[in-house]
Amino acid sequence: MAGTALRRRLIWQIATVITNRPVSDAARRVTLDVADWPGHRPGQHVDVRLTAPDGYQAQRSYSVASAPERPQVDLVVQRVAGGEVSPYLTDELRDGDQIELRGPIGGYFVWHSTSGGPVQLIAGGSGIAPFLAMLEHHEASGSTAALRLLYSARTPSAVIDAHRLDAHARRGVATTITLTRAASPDGVRRRRRVDAQLLADVVWPVPARPQIFVCGPTTFVESVANDLVGLGHTPASIRTERFG
Amino acid sequence: MALVSRRFTGRPHTRDGAGLLPPGQYDVGDDFPVLSAGPTPTTSLAEWDFLITGEVDGTRRWTWEEFQQLPREEVTADIHCVTKWSKFNTSWEGVSVDTLLDGVETAADFVLAFSDHDYTTNLPLADVTNGRAWVVDRYENEPLEPEHGGPARLLVPHLYFWKSAKWVRGLQLSSFDEPGFWETLGYHEYGDPWREQRYAGD
Repeated sequence: MAGTALRRRLIWQIATVITNRPVSDAARRVTLDVADWPGHRPGQHVDVRLTAPDGYQAQRSYSVASAPERPQVDLVVQRVAGGEVSPYLTDELRDGDQIELRGPIGGYFVWHSTSGGPVQLIAGGSGIAPFLAMLEHHEASGSTAALRLLYSARTPSAVIDAHRLDAHARRGVATTITLTRAASPDGVRRRRRVDAQLLADVVWPVPARPQIFVCGPTTFVESVANDLVGLGHTPASIRTERFG
Repeated sequence: MALVSRRFTGRPHTRDGAGLLPPGQYDVGDDFPVLSAGPTPTTSLAEWDFLITGEVDGTRRWTWEEFQQLPREEVTADIHCVTKWSKFNTSWEGVSVDTLLDGVETAADFVLAFSDHDYTTNLPLADVTNGRAWVVDRYENEPLEPEHGGPARLLVPHLYFWKSAKWVRGLQLSSFDEPGFWETLGYHEYGDPWREQRYAGD
């Protein structure tokens, strides 16, 4: 919650790649070993720094996608065509490589088991990354907080970590995955844009007073947050994080 | 010495090679990313006001109509977001904070800018005076869009952009430096992009 952020100085640390595996048609989960990782809260992010041989440096932020209960730090990186950092992380980085990172950063867009529930997670595209950490933490901590997930992706193969999400759904996370560009062959995923009606149908109702987290591209977050306010959710109950 | 990343070449962006990108930043080009902690507020212009309050000889208040009558300035500046993007040559129009503080008696050294939805950010008074900060309501010759802070936001281009509070409704002057929203959540209390003051302790 607000005000509990660590005031420790953030230093650049060396992270060693343990695995770099695909989790969708355009995203990979990079599992990192970070010596002396101080721990994180689900929803926090890290800054990644790359340095070229001529000294040029580039930095980007990535959400931590793994639970604090695990010793490694996972990042889910969506490959952005023509991007400067993400294609390097997805295409070039291999087991044993080292990168620099510092964190964890951010104390607002976080959910910890002590934060209670009910909780509504709403993701667009790679905005699922911080929620993967929250879901895994929810499971690992044995939290009884009631969770719902609404996730919008373009196509079935763009759904990040589909098998993990299905496993969370099987253990009781009320999950709705909706596709904007195609229906899934098995008919399990519905084809629909996230609009006010869908939000009214699947999001916790206003009287349940859910904590709501919305993460995704700007246009997605802007329209979802506005629709939620329109449905009667208080602005203070809605936390947003936008990916470009 | 930083760790060199095998086969990383990067894509250095500087404006005309002039090297005007602060460390760790990249040029976002024509994009204008939107970042905020919650939904976009919707305060009607009839309800909008702007306050100078706190340790002053008397609170000043302008309605939207009164604010529109104040002397206006045009500003072109580069802006730098702590999330790493920078945007060159953005053009704005609004009222200088010097104009808003004209005639205000105060012994304060700090201001806390406050906004709709309880967002706050703290700055030294010296960083919002002498032509260094504005309350702007127009961007690129158009009314400022709500997701970018409209109807009006603070503009303090020499600091990271979270200091340029969106949906700003006033400045509270104080003898004490009171951390604002992001500053209590681990971000740097001052935020100079050229010294890369992103997080507490930087």
